[in-house]
Amino acid sequence: MQVTTKVSERTAAAASGGAVTILAFAGDISSASKDAILGAYHGLNGGATKILLDFTGVDYINSSGIAIVIQMLLEAGKSGTQSVGIFGLSPHFQKVFTMVGINKYAAMHKDEATALAAA
Amino acid sequence: MKSGSSVQVRLPSELGFEKVAMSTAASMAALMGFSEDRIEDLKTAVAEACINAIEHGNQLNNGLSVGVVLSTSDDELVVKVIDDGTGVRNAPHAPDIDRKMHGDEDPRGMGMFLIQALVDEAEWHQGPPGKSFVRLVIRLDKESQ
Repeated sequence: MQVTTKVSERTAAAASGGAVTILAFAGDISSASKDAILGAYHGLNGGATKILLDFTGVDYINSSGIAIVIQMLLEAGKSGTQSVGIFGLSPHFQKVFTMVGINKYAAMHKDEATALAAA
Repeated sequence: MKSGSSVQVRLPSELGFEKVAMSTAASMAALMGFSEDRIEDLKTAVAEACINAIEHGNQLNNGLSVGVVLSTSDDELVVKVIDDGTGVRNAPHAPDIDRKMHGDEDPRGMGMFLIQALVDEAEWHQGPPGKSFVRLVIRLDKESQ
């Protein structure tokens, strides 16, 4: 009965030059999102070093969904070459992500323009 | 809305149905005059409480349901989420993001922490099947803080 997560991939230019890969999520992010989110991340071009996660189209996130985001950040950290940023979270979920400490491992930005400016 | 109103919802023990309780709680909180940000806090807390009841209390058993009772008074909304498990024995603990990021702690296990952090009061009661519950309270007098 869980709503599926849609993930789309696009590329944008970072303010500092170079390409940024954006993974845009839509729908709910819950335990049912694991294959969609980690599958999209694992399918990225090996050269993707700057990654942004776009939550603009996300309606609902629960703790199981947050755990999947942490799993992705863990894998990105292990790669040693990837940096991950986040944008498009509602003020409530910005607060929740900060409460669990995600902001320590992924910079959080208000919107895409701000995120690209910092990338 | 009259003080002392009560609404009951029964959820199948299937993930996703927590959103029904979440929407009901949000509607009641809006009727009582809670602000948008407090309603968002309540929605997440209620959803997490229901997920715990579905997954851990009722072990995803379709033959069992999760009871959600929402009661109002002049200045507070109380939400009880009841399941058939034996209740929660451990107190909520704050997630350690460093341990999670190093694979030393399960990335999951943040639900109880979020519940406690987002409402004014949260208490877990152990009991026989059908009597274990978590009780959440949000108060209107916190609005100005």
